[in-house]
Amino acid sequence: MAQSPATAPDARAIPGMAERMAACTVCHGKEGRATADGYYPRIAGKPEGYLLHQLQSFRDGQRRYPMMNYLLANLSDDYLQQIAIFFAAQHPPYPPPVTTEASATVLERGRQLVTTGQPAQRMPACAACHGDGLGGVAPGIPGLLGLPKDYINAQLGAWRNGERKAKAPDCMGEIARALSPEDINAASSWLAAQPVPPDYRPAAAPPKPLPTQCGSMGPAVSKPGTMGAIP
Amino acid sequence: MRRPWTTGLKWLLLGTAGTLVGLAGVVAWQSLASEDPGMASAVGDPQAQRLKGQYLAQAGNCMACHTVRGGAGYAGGRAIASPFGTLYTSNITPDKATGIGNWSRDDFWRALHHGRGRDGRFLYPAFPYTSYTRMSRDDSDALFAYLQSLPPVNQPNRDHALRFPYNQRMLLALWRALYFKPGSFTPDPARDAQWNRGAYLVQGAGHCSACHSARNALGASLAPLALEGGVIPALAWYAPPLHGGEKGLGSWSEADIAALLKTGVSPRGTALGPMSEIVGRSLQYLTDSDISAISVYLKTLPAPSSESSAGSGTPRPEPAQAERILKQGQKLYGSLCVDCHGGKGQGSAPDYPPLAGNHAIAGPQPLNAIRTVLNGGFPPSTTGNPYPFGMPPFGPQLSDSEVAAVLSYVLNSWGNQGGWVSASEVNRYRSVPLD
Repeated sequence: MAQSPATAPDARAIPGMAERMAACTVCHGKEGRATADGYYPRIAGKPEGYLLHQLQSFRDGQRRYPMMNYLLANLSDDYLQQIAIFFAAQHPPYPPPVTTEASATVLERGRQLVTTGQPAQRMPACAACHGDGLGGVAPGIPGLLGLPKDYINAQLGAWRNGERKAKAPDCMGEIARALSPEDINAASSWLAAQPVPPDYRPAAAPPKPLPTQCGSMGPAVSKPGTMGAIP
Repeated sequence: MRRPWTTGLKWLLLGTAGTLVGLAGVVAWQSLASEDPGMASAVGDPQAQRLKGQYLAQAGNCMACHTVRGGAGYAGGRAIASPFGTLYTSNITPDKATGIGNWSRDDFWRALHHGRGRDGRFLYPAFPYTSYTRMSRDDSDALFAYLQSLPPVNQPNRDHALRFPYNQRMLLALWRALYFKPGSFTPDPARDAQWNRGAYLVQGAGHCSACHSARNALGASLAPLALEGGVIPALAWYAPPLHGGEKGLGSWSEADIAALLKTGVSPRGTALGPMSEIVGRSLQYLTDSDISAISVYLKTLPAPSSESSAGSGTPRPEPAQAERILKQGQKLYGSLCVDCHGGKGQGSAPDYPPLAGNHAIAGPQPLNAIRTVLNGGFPPSTTGNPYPFGMPPFGPQLSDSEVAAVLSYVLNSWGNQGGWVSASEVNRYRSVPLD
């Protein structure tokens, strides 16, 4: 395997982050690897830009989850950047996937949606943006394997009803609204049932142009009125 | 012959009419009371005035309340929960249509000093004009000049969602008659300039009493200048006493107080919950000399003659059960808390606060301790402490009785005052909104 970003120490990182992050790892697991409870997602190894976007969105209320909104309310952009750097650089091993209860038909439907999409409905495959190996793409597209099914369902559901929003143009919002609840369940069932390969990492850049415009691939900006913008 | 019910009706009508006349009188008195217009100051240097105003806006933390999470600064819309319903803060950017772009500095002074809008309406005292009334006209003008220099934001104000009768703005006349008189800050000639500066900031722009004084059933601070501590209505956090007595800041050094206010952490305690926001958005920007002035002033506030008794209301369990709870709590402490807070509850300054003698633990209300174990928290990022250590939220993994046991253990260890936390007390705070 090629040298991963994790093995090269990041000159921007500050010391003591593991200890500072005790408030995060109590739910997200040691090094952000997730726990067995089946809801709190793994945050280890997600692309730095994606993590920073999520942290800022929670802090500024664009993404709603009361515990996260509360915890991050008074942290600066500078600190959120450090948090993103830290968890993006963690690559603890993945546990084997949990046994799926979905039928073979549902799983096959899920596999199709994830790997080929629905060309007739102009619905791109998940893999078209999230990478052929579904490992995500730096800076803003997260990997899709190694996540609990309930978590994926909850996120796509939140996008469908407008509770979760990404930066405009919000490509995931459009896609989630075009999916039926059955499709969402099929995709999440298949994704959560896949073993995670040992060299699973976000790609450095998209292998081919993205099929749709996504705001989250742009640079992070802080807005006036937020903690990040105060002098 | 007259039937008794008609007599009763007559008295009822007379009584109602009398009440209405009385109310009208109070409204008229409050509406027509002569207002001290103050003396608008001559402005030598407009840029210096705006900078002074910006500093005062930070000292008063205006932006935090007048900005919705993630929204445009000072454009209002943040929900302020109260026992009477929800209030929404107003747009104070200079937008002419939706903000205060058409206000004059006299209008602004009227709001700050008299608690009345530009059209004369009574303002709800969630806007702490009961404190701002002590600010000088000079400072009011400077604050206004700063707000007028902000980019205007077109964002209409949202109507308050208050329950009857609190939604009847006219009734604020009664509240004002009972609890508000426009005032001013009178320096104490027996004290030096530093003390008086601290007093002016604490009593005026800082509006510390909004949280650190208990309120009565109508939301008025009981003893606004004494800062005896109290539960913040609707937020369910306990704001500890700030006076110089034993249960207040008596055993804190001025340096400890200054560290907490300026950086959010100190060897004695850490700012969490609402205070994390106050330090992060307001106090960290004050000059060292103003922070010292506040620390000096607070230490001289006298302790109340009868300090509230220690411990929560939960009675001590019978001895065998008490021993079992303390054992369980000690075990939990040993596995979850000891690495950071130490075997003697001594903490490790400044990143891990002590639990021995900690305000939040030792106060008469254990709710801060309960909420901190359930929800964790971060002190703010500040220049002095940009990357704070966080307290983990243990709510998802501990049961109510486990939280109660570990807190009862902490309350009864290392010289802490004793007292007990029950599982039902813990449960009550699981459903309190976090945000």
